[in-house]
Amino acid sequence: MDVVLLSRLQFGLTTIYHFFFVPLTIGLTLMVAIMETMYVKKKDEHYQQMAKFWGKLLLINFAMGVVTGIVQEFQFGMNWSTYSRFVGDIFGAPLAIEALFAFFLESTFLGIWIFGWEKLKPALHAACMWIVALASCVSAFWILLANSFMQNPVGYVINNGRAEMDSFLALLTNPHLQLQYPHVIAGGWATAGFFVLGISAINLLKGHNNAFFQKSLKFATVFALIGALVSAGVGHAQGQHLIYEQPMKMAAAEALWETEDPAGLALVASIDEEQGKNNFEIVIPKLLSFMVYNSFDGEVRGIHELQAEMEAKYGAGDYVPPVAVCFWSFRVMVGAGGLMIGLALLAIFLTRKGKEVQCKYSLTAMGLGIALPYLANSGGWILAEMGRQPWIVYGLQTVSEGVSVAVSSTEVLISLVGFALIYTILAVVDVYLLAKFGVRNVKTGAEEV
Amino acid sequence: MELNVLWFILIGVLFAGFFILEGFDYGVGIMLPFVSKTDEERRVVLNTIGPFWDGNEVWLLTAGGAIFAAFPNWYATLFSGFYLALFLILLALIVRGVAIDFRSKVDNLTWRKTWDILFFIGSLLPALLFGVAVSNFLTGVPIDANMEFVGNLFTLLTPFTLLGGLVFVLVFAFHGCLFLSLKSGVAEINARVKAYTSKIGLVMLVAVVAWVVYAALITGLLSSVLAIGATVLAALCLIGALVLQAKNKNGLAFAASVTAILAVTVMVFGTMFPNVLISTLNPVWSLTIYNACSSPYTLKIMTIVAVTLVPIVLLYQGWSFWMFRKRVTKNDLHY
Repeated sequence: MDVVLLSRLQFGLTTIYHFFFVPLTIGLTLMVAIMETMYVKKKDEHYQQMAKFWGKLLLINFAMGVVTGIVQEFQFGMNWSTYSRFVGDIFGAPLAIEALFAFFLESTFLGIWIFGWEKLKPALHAACMWIVALASCVSAFWILLANSFMQNPVGYVINNGRAEMDSFLALLTNPHLQLQYPHVIAGGWATAGFFVLGISAINLLKGHNNAFFQKSLKFATVFALIGALVSAGVGHAQGQHLIYEQPMKMAAAEALWETEDPAGLALVASIDEEQGKNNFEIVIPKLLSFMVYNSFDGEVRGIHELQAEMEAKYGAGDYVPPVAVCFWSFRVMVGAGGLMIGLALLAIFLTRKGKEVQCKYSLTAMGLGIALPYLANSGGWILAEMGRQPWIVYGLQTVSEGVSVAVSSTEVLISLVGFALIYTILAVVDVYLLAKFGVRNVKTGAEEV
Repeated sequence: MELNVLWFILIGVLFAGFFILEGFDYGVGIMLPFVSKTDEERRVVLNTIGPFWDGNEVWLLTAGGAIFAAFPNWYATLFSGFYLALFLILLALIVRGVAIDFRSKVDNLTWRKTWDILFFIGSLLPALLFGVAVSNFLTGVPIDANMEFVGNLFTLLTPFTLLGGLVFVLVFAFHGCLFLSLKSGVAEINARVKAYTSKIGLVMLVAVVAWVVYAALITGLLSSVLAIGATVLAALCLIGALVLQAKNKNGLAFAASVTAILAVTVMVFGTMFPNVLISTLNPVWSLTIYNACSSPYTLKIMTIVAVTLVPIVLLYQGWSFWMFRKRVTKNDLHY
């Protein structure tokens, strides 16, 4: 197999895997910080128990995020060294700032939090978790700033055969970042919301400590709903922005081969990428135009026209991303998002009525709902990255140009197999530990959980 | 001062911080099977680095990020050239991180022993490979006219670099012993640590002297006054640490080993300067702080960021070390 394909597989595998843990950290650090603050304010032992119980699951998840994150810092140079030379002047800075600004804070203060229950005053101890929560948002900011440059390069000049930074401010205010950042952060809230909601529901189904898990479940519904609504709302704005920024990604996400005015939205499609058409599709007329322009007419350009335009601009080549992958990952994300909003509303309705424990079916649905944000997060990133193909930096460098020269396909194969093996084993261990500490009776009183 | 030089120094500082802090973490991991016999003792040993190890590891991530930001060509050539070595380091660091976090979460001896073995390997292997890597910084590696590494994993493994790997393992083990002697509150552990410190220290001195003499013969070590001075300082500090710990002055001994590791880093960076990666094929093809660096604008931005943030990081990491300065006993186990 060729080195580009193997390197892409490895980057995709390690990055999607890493991003199983990141959103939960973003959301759960905030939830635990709020729980502990409520304990400090209200002196209600229940909240301390909640902070300890969910904090334990957070730590398991955080450890996985840390160890899989080290790979991220290194693999740009390892597998994408030509890319690293080309954009290092811009791309290295946010990575270094992320480490210096966020990783140090996260790791140091989480260490203090774990070991400081007896050593620190309660308010100071809670403050440590606030710092960790804030640092995880800071971390997301810098890494998304770097990704935003790949999606929508700004603030650079091409000099000495590479992209050089000429405006740090332009990077900070990249329009892509302004939408992507809240989308990802809200996705983190939703992930944590549905995680706590689902695990609480499973415990209620098993008859564990009704009071404790009912309180957790109620707490989680707020996160689940706000997270799902905000990320959906911002996601809609992202789509409206995408039509100008990367029209090809939009066309691929909708499997829209021909330019249409008004454009219909395909719910499902049987996509023939060889022939460049859909053999079968169910389309709602005018809906895509409405989604994009808030109006039932308006032209949405199709893949064929955009391909011709890009050939004219960048020279001969295939500028069409893998259409089926984009189309379906988009639908997985949006579908999961829709289900999340529905499930969160259901949970809020039931907790308001005080009927959440009686309704076994909805508890089961909430338990299964843990998977939804993970599907949405992965689907979203697959669309974001695959939809940018063949570019590694949009309009500036292609993925196959960015790969390392000094690394052979055998070497990448070895590392790919190695990462796949160890990540699989760790996934089993992670789920085992989460189940062990997540599904159990909680001792009452101030006793440690 | 030129920003290129400043960033070369700053990356040296980050590496020194990493070697000093993760050095004792690795050392504690390497000593784990030897100084603790029961599960409870193993927990005490692991908990001595409990609140610190993750923050210490960030020094490596920051060093990597800083190389990327300030010297993209250095990052690209080094990380793609040392591909399999880095892959092994990554595997080790992954295993090591989850091992310390997960081992005490299940009350089962097989589970715990498995993670402890992995923690040992995960500490030994990076220590060895970082020694190999640093030795290759000193000798240089085959780099062509396009700044690309033209070799493989075995190009990096020579008698000299393997000796360097051994030196790092021994220095970190010694450093870890001194750390344990300050942090362990369990007498049995301290007695074992004490017995090992002198033995490891003597072997370490022999290995370090052999490595330095070897380096003087085949690398540019002797052409840099700074490197020569740092080498002498490192040797004196290591001897001093050995003598001091024999007199039970463990705090001073640890300070001496910290200084020694700092001096070794100065020796390596002093020998390389102004190169960041020496080409053995043609000196003209070496990567330097000038042909590998970022634009003046990026360096300026990064300088402002680093000058602002590094002191703050030092402050709160220092606070964390101060807060958890007491010896770890069997009553305060979290991991």
